Amino acid sequence: MNMRISAGEFTERSLQIIRDLKHLEGPMLPILHAIQAEFGYVPDEVKPIIAGELNLSRAEVHGVVTFYHEFRDHPAGRHVLKLCRAEACQSMGSDRIADRARQLLGIDFHQTTLDGAVTLEAVYCLGLCACAPAAMLDGEVYGRVDEHCLSEIVAEVRR
Amino acid sequence: MTVTIFVPRDAAALALGAEKVAKAITQEIAARGLDAKVVRNGSRGMFWLEPLVEVRTDQGRIAYGPVKADDVAGLFDAGFLTGGGHALCLGLTKEIPFLRQQTRLTFSRCGVTDPLSLEDYRHYQGLKGLEKAIAMAQAEIVREVTDSGLRGRGGAGFPTGIKWKTVMEAAGPQKYIVCNADEGDSATFADRMIMEGDPFVLIEGMTIAGIATGATKGYVYIRSEYPHAIATMTEAVEIARTAGILGASVLGSAHAFDIEIRSGAGAYVCGEETSLLNSLEGKRGIVRAKPPLPALQGFLGRPTVVNNVISLASVPVIMDRGAAFYRDFGMGRSRGTIPIQIAGNVKYGGLYETAFGLSLGEIVDHIGGGTASGRPVKAVQVGGPLGAYFPRALFDTPFDYEAFAARDGLIGHAGITVFDDSADMLKQARFAMEFCAIESCGKCTPCRIGSTRGVETADKIAQGIEPEKNKALLADLCNTMKFGSLCALGGFTPYPVMSAMNHFPEDFSPAPMVEAAE
Repeated sequence: MNMRISAGEFTERSLQIIRDLKHLEGPMLPILHAIQAEFGYVPDEVKPIIAGELNLSRAEVHGVVTFYHEFRDHPAGRHVLKLCRAEACQSMGSDRIADRARQLLGIDFHQTTLDGAVTLEAVYCLGLCACAPAAMLDGEVYGRVDEHCLSEIVAEVRR
Repeated sequence: MTVTIFVPRDAAALALGAEKVAKAITQEIAARGLDAKVVRNGSRGMFWLEPLVEVRTDQGRIAYGPVKADDVAGLFDAGFLTGGGHALCLGLTKEIPFLRQQTRLTFSRCGVTDPLSLEDYRHYQGLKGLEKAIAMAQAEIVREVTDSGLRGRGGAGFPTGIKWKTVMEAAGPQKYIVCNADEGDSATFADRMIMEGDPFVLIEGMTIAGIATGATKGYVYIRSEYPHAIATMTEAVEIARTAGILGASVLGSAHAFDIEIRSGAGAYVCGEETSLLNSLEGKRGIVRAKPPLPALQGFLGRPTVVNNVISLASVPVIMDRGAAFYRDFGMGRSRGTIPIQIAGNVKYGGLYETAFGLSLGEIVDHIGGGTASGRPVKAVQVGGPLGAYFPRALFDTPFDYEAFAARDGLIGHAGITVFDDSADMLKQARFAMEFCAIESCGKCTPCRIGSTRGVETADKIAQGIEPEKNKALLADLCNTMKFGSLCALGGFTPYPVMSAMNHFPEDFSPAPMVEAAE
């Protein structure tokens, strides 16, 4: 596990999250979101704990976690940069922006820079299609992203 | 009197710098010791003018845009608090042609009000539909919605009233209203704008649906790519609960209804209703075979209405103004209004709510003003990643469910992406297959395998490898996917692929590779 907490503390925090949410109808996704918010990803070690609390098999929990693009099996960089790659952004040159981002950061999509500064992710639509190309940096949105805007974002995450 | 300045909080406005503008205005008000306040409204949906700042004056609201933080001091110098002239002044907001020509029923408050002010909501006719519904019998509400002609705005176009009737008549200890806010189609943002700009209208629509069908619990499943919408909806539900709109006694009536906000996790296929239900239950978002219909065995196997945001948000105005009022807009079997979202490479991109029936050409050329790049329009994709590419030759197609179907297309969630002549349609066809491969839930073979084979086949055509044979293969693959897939993802991916191939054959015949000199 890639965390600076003891196994005991990890289990305790996980159980706390699960028990706070397990009363919901269909609690799995809320639990996984909360786990990822707490630890930055969904560690393998949490799957048997969730399985035990929800009376499911570990395989079922694993199946759910791996189905969704949003859940990570390892920590992301300090920043997460999402670039929209869908059609409306394509029509405004998002492929060029994506190439430039890969070049500036020296990584491909779904990778993290060696200094741990930033993870680059593809996203298929941020609903900013009338001000394309669009990007999201740690939840903050950017429209009409051009090379200048992109280099500012990169400078920001590298700081 | 305190002057009110409006600066949108809509995600697209924020993406274009609205936060900095709001901050600069607040600082300027303080520095100049003025009696003015900033209200964060939704967006009017004119994104080439965002951030669009408005000032309430005696003559009405006056718009300025697009405003950058650097422009703010100049605006104050020009006396914009009293509507003073400035290079960015657009005159009265309601007189801006793009807005003036619309018929805003569902979006009547979006961009006008403070999204989280119930006082604003009531002032602009909010809750009137719900108040009427409370005084009516369940069957009467359902009949009103049926008579309005409202059809599912998520894309399927199924009559909303008929869905409600099935759930109303279904027996069950617990029924549900599930709002599908998994708006994943590129070129669409109407759901997002409503949730961020007028969340109470969705809450009101869901509550009416609950009363009509006997459901007491509602869920809004919002995609995780929309953090602003999730935040606004969560806050709005809390406010509605405190005000007694939601809870054990809706507006003091005998009806109970409550809403919970749920977040998706980045799976496009969860916009398909059965896949969404599985996801809501905490399972993999795998598509379910129908029957059983979700209306009878939906969330947790119980009777469930699954409706799109816009369908539900259109219900309050129908209940308030009556079925006939709504039905009188539109054409053929497409009744009422549709929020068309004009996006991509377009000069005037935004949300345009109007009665069904405008031609595609009017929308793209006149309302959208052609491309942003100034180059000729080559193709427009209507209905998101599963929608067909239309060439200029088909621009006479009226915006109507049946008219688009007759031309091998679909209006879907009413998003339009404009492409200029630099677009490579073979590349777009390949992307449609690639997207399907990335997002396929994996349940049925035509979608899961067909999409990957489709990418490979498109690549072969691009490389000039047996192009005629591979084009025939791609068409055959599309045929299998169209008729053999369980849901719209695999079933509709052939639309963009086949339309690209049929309407733009020149892009599928790349120049043969030049043999290297020996």
